[in-house]
Amino acid sequence: MTARLVFLGRLEDLAGVPEMDVEPGMLATVLTKLDPALAVELLSERVRLALNGRLLGEAGDVVLAAGDELAFLPPVSGG
Amino acid sequence: MADVRITETGFDPLAELARFNAAHRSAGGIVSFLGQVREESGDVEALELRQYAAMTLPGMTALAQMTERRWPLIGLLLLHRYGVMHPGDPIVLVAAAARHRRDAFEAADFAMDHLKSESWFWKREKTAGGWRWVEPRSGDHADLARWRA
Repeated sequence: MTARLVFLGRLEDLAGVPEMDVEPGMLATVLTKLDPALAVELLSERVRLALNGRLLGEAGDVVLAAGDELAFLPPVSGG
Repeated sequence: MADVRITETGFDPLAELARFNAAHRSAGGIVSFLGQVREESGDVEALELRQYAAMTLPGMTALAQMTERRWPLIGLLLLHRYGVMHPGDPIVLVAAAARHRRDAFEAADFAMDHLKSESWFWKREKTAGGWRWVEPRSGDHADLARWRA
């Protein structure tokens, strides 16, 4: 069973896919397996994180369990 | 009880308002706001709003609850379009019904400012050069700050 990363807004273009299934584990470890240029963007202070639909305060020590969905949310530009 | 929806297929603002008005006969005032895709002199052919199912509608529902706690409303409608749209298409409709007009004006204004700058939507525009993501407008955050005094 895997965890899922979801890329919103322009991050989808950078990642080339809207979502990606990854091995569960520490986020820091998960990110090392991505394109470094993408990983840098994902960790930008302008990008917020939501785990299973709930905003996270700090990205620091996120650990992904099987079935978790972690979304990367760039600044919104709606309405 | 607020009516909060997102739709990919568009909506008819007049039909929505007629239904809302009819459902809230005890209201003395109903204020509505319609946002539509602006006709630009430039070359924007289309725009697309993306949403995130895990957060966009839940966030709008929380906004509706916050608005209803702040003003004594008889009814509240938050309706937002997503997907690909063209100039003239309706994007967002907010309506607030209250016994007295002041509450309805303020509640609709508050809900709209928060929808604009705090809802989970991402916008991109299509021009002859292709699709381009739109950055947030700083004025949206100034609008929001009015409510934090």
